[in-house]
Amino acid sequence: MNMELSRRQFMKGVSVGIAGTTLGALGFGDIEEAFASSIRPWKLANLTETRNTCTYCSVACGIIMYSKGDLKKGEKADIVHIEGDPDHPTNRGTLCPKGAGLLDIVHAKTRTLYPQIRKPGSDKFERVSWDQALDRVARLMKDDRDKNFIAKNSDGVTVNRWLTTGFLAASATTNETAWATYKVVRSAGMLAFDNQARV
Amino acid sequence: MTNSWTDIKNTDLVVIMGGNAAEAHPCGFKWVTEAKANRGAKLIVVDPRFTRSASVADFYAPIRQGTDIAFLLGVINYCIGNDKVQWDYVKAFTNAPYIIKEGFGYQDGLFTGYDEERRDYNRSTWDYELGDDGYVKSDLEHPRSVWNLLKKHVSVYTPEMVERICGTPKDKFLKVAQMISECSTPTKTMTSMYALGWTQHSKGSQNIRAMAMLQLILGNIGVRGGGMNALRGHSNIQGLTDLGLMSNLIPGYLTIPTEKEATLDTYMSTRGFKPLRPNQMSYWQNYKKFFVSFQKAMWGNAATAENSFAYDYLPKLDVPSYDMLRIMELMHQGKVNGYMCQGFNPLLSAPNRKKLTAAFAKLKFLVVMDPLQTETARFWQNHGEYNDVPTSSIQTEVIELPSTCFAEDEGSLVNSGRWLQWHWAGGTPPGEARHDTWIMAQIFQRLKALYQKEGGPAPEPIVNLSWNYKDPNDPTPEELAREINGSALEDVADPNDPTKLVLQKGKQLATFALLRDDGKTAAGCWIYTGCFTEAGNMMARRSTSDPDATGAYSNWAFSWPANRRILYNRASADINGKPWDDSRKLLWWDGAKWTGYDIPDIGPTMKPTEVGPFIMNPEGTSRLFTRGMMRDGPFPAHYEPFESPVANVIAPKVRGNPVARVFKGDMEQFGDAKEFPYAATSYRLTEHFHFWTKHSQVNASMQPEFFVEISEQLAKEKNIANGGWVRVWSKRGSVKAKAVVTKRIQPLTCDGKTVHVVGIPLHWGFMGETKKGFGPNSLTPYVGDANIETPEYKAFLVDIEPTTGPVA
Repeated sequence: MNMELSRRQFMKGVSVGIAGTTLGALGFGDIEEAFASSIRPWKLANLTETRNTCTYCSVACGIIMYSKGDLKKGEKADIVHIEGDPDHPTNRGTLCPKGAGLLDIVHAKTRTLYPQIRKPGSDKFERVSWDQALDRVARLMKDDRDKNFIAKNSDGVTVNRWLTTGFLAASATTNETAWATYKVVRSAGMLAFDNQARV
Repeated sequence: MTNSWTDIKNTDLVVIMGGNAAEAHPCGFKWVTEAKANRGAKLIVVDPRFTRSASVADFYAPIRQGTDIAFLLGVINYCIGNDKVQWDYVKAFTNAPYIIKEGFGYQDGLFTGYDEERRDYNRSTWDYELGDDGYVKSDLEHPRSVWNLLKKHVSVYTPEMVERICGTPKDKFLKVAQMISECSTPTKTMTSMYALGWTQHSKGSQNIRAMAMLQLILGNIGVRGGGMNALRGHSNIQGLTDLGLMSNLIPGYLTIPTEKEATLDTYMSTRGFKPLRPNQMSYWQNYKKFFVSFQKAMWGNAATAENSFAYDYLPKLDVPSYDMLRIMELMHQGKVNGYMCQGFNPLLSAPNRKKLTAAFAKLKFLVVMDPLQTETARFWQNHGEYNDVPTSSIQTEVIELPSTCFAEDEGSLVNSGRWLQWHWAGGTPPGEARHDTWIMAQIFQRLKALYQKEGGPAPEPIVNLSWNYKDPNDPTPEELAREINGSALEDVADPNDPTKLVLQKGKQLATFALLRDDGKTAAGCWIYTGCFTEAGNMMARRSTSDPDATGAYSNWAFSWPANRRILYNRASADINGKPWDDSRKLLWWDGAKWTGYDIPDIGPTMKPTEVGPFIMNPEGTSRLFTRGMMRDGPFPAHYEPFESPVANVIAPKVRGNPVARVFKGDMEQFGDAKEFPYAATSYRLTEHFHFWTKHSQVNASMQPEFFVEISEQLAKEKNIANGGWVRVWSKRGSVKAKAVVTKRIQPLTCDGKTVHVVGIPLHWGFMGETKKGFGPNSLTPYVGDANIETPEYKAFLVDIEPTTGPVA
């Protein structure tokens, strides 16, 4: 499910209508507004709209992302514009200075792009493949768990805990990521488990 | 939040204290504007700084950071003294009339049962007196009734005492108290909006309790326009908490067993509370249904009645929790080998950065999964004075894994109003970035394969973990969401009529009322059950309809629990089920059932005179006295921050919160007012979100540089120029910043002493588009709240002096 088709079609119709009326009513007195209005239908027609939620605070403003290319059709999708969702009951189309800058965080120069490993004592990261990185993570976890797992405490009670490796989960990930993470972390016996709820 | 952002429009009075919604939650704050414009609502802001929230307030009162309890108990004292109490609410819906055990007391800042050695209480006297029938004795007039004890407890917090402790001038305090007290009528409501300004203290939980008590006394919980509204931080901080991604939690606010609970029966013996008053729902009686359904979601067929539903598969705690502070302390001691950070940058967000750096350097490996290049993943890199570390001697192996950001990801987030909102992916991830779900599945698949191949200790919880996804290497958000909601594992018949099928095997559950404790149902998180049913993904609903414009938006997304929009909503009507305020009704009793604009908290046919609104409590009522449920007292009491510019005037011998956990060595790292005379506080800016937006060009341009904020008076005293460089240091570290000299911060007078406040915003590090800078965590103390270990970021001591800028 992406944007509801009916709303998209509705918006297209309305936008074209407004563009016409604005031009008619104002003549060319307000060039800027007329120009903006005339572009709008093309933006809607040529870009794919996707509903999302602002990634920052828990007001959770609705946003609409505009991309060149449609991810749902298997195309490469490049997000070119993000704006507030006018239908969202909380923010009703508005965004704050944080949310208004969302496009720049999506395309930040400092996005992570490739798995990297920094070896002990080294002064640099080295690019590795996903397989190399993930095999290494699993190996390190297994070795540490095998060595330090506590199956029973001194009273002989089964405690099945692993305390020498910890996990910090991300409070901006989805519930679905959180659940997958919970399953993996807890089944391994980890108790050093936390998230940003405190900070 | 007990209520929601859109409900704020229904209020008469907004109190922003312990938060700054206009800057930190701007689009949510618009609902305050809405209430002001359309209802004539008033806004009060109480804050050490004259914030942007304060700039549009009807009334602003300054307060010294870390003294909110004294202020709030002062307001309660005012309300009691002036009989500004919503009595019908208090008598029917709170534990005010219940009798407390003989022996309970409070003296010199301490409650009965204190053990200085253990920094802990024996809480046995902090409880109700029970009658022979097993129910709590109730008599409002009794000298040991909760009400009479409360009255006595708050009597010390006079307006004069509030001024001495908080530095709030008496006339300003009285104005606030008077405005708040007007909301004690059934037709006026107040809402409390708070955030980290209340939580990040060594007594953060009690700050919030104090306001919750005030709201109960005014009858403002469960009603439209009322409530306790935690504004919350990250976009899914509510979800991560609901789903229990913390040391001691199981999804849905169940708890991880301790090692004293060796069997499921022992574990259950202290949960599943029986009612303490006749006829009450005491909803935790269903605990076992939620727990067993969770175990089934985790371990499927491996969780059987014979093995107590794989109870042994869960790790058992030997300490209350391995929270972030404890694990980093253990890391510092060299007892931790591996650490994995998923979208979390602890080098900037945990306290005492010097200690953190030393701790990370003792790790064997650090794994960071993040869409951005974080400081944590680069703690070993030398960035001059901004991260001056001996790179070659740090032996930690660091693995950085690129993950997708929100725009490339699909799934649900929970907002502060408990709405689970689904969102869709719209962009192709850059480079080789992958979804977190894929990364976690990949790690799991590899770990499982290693245990299957090599064996090792306790492989069962790993190899038997339920992982029934179409592609086990890449579970879809929808598959995971369905699992969280839960389904029937077998056909289930009506207990009263075996011929009648109530659940069909394989079907998604519509409500948590269907959960079973016999292993016939599975649900990852019981409070979310109903979010993905046979009718589809309820979180993806996008109807903007809102009958009678109540602000509920019941068909927009899904609100936990059970799509309920306002918690404790039965309390919106009086004991007979008649709404307190006809113009703002929410639920009412029509003679046979509850009806109205929201899903009732209590059973729809439960009689109003019999069943109380606070269904999770075995009393059925809310608690002005919390029994032994909080470590630092059944009532809040004023304690100074661990680093305070003045002594505790109520209990001069008590430093900080007397039961807050302090690790060996950290107490010695607390500074005192002689050496560090200024009261510092941390805060956030409108243009930035934590340490993320410094990676965004446009936000970095708006607020490019680290600064500290001081009053004109302090600037003059210390010869600091506006825009000049200063050094600010605490017992734990030192930072350099530009000074912003402002009228927004004014010196306070506390107990006859001038207290200068230093404001330290938190958004800078050494990665991203801004200039390099520091955060408050270079300075803050290593101590947390006594109940939940939230670090004390909002009140600490520093010194300040003019200095020269960094060498270009």
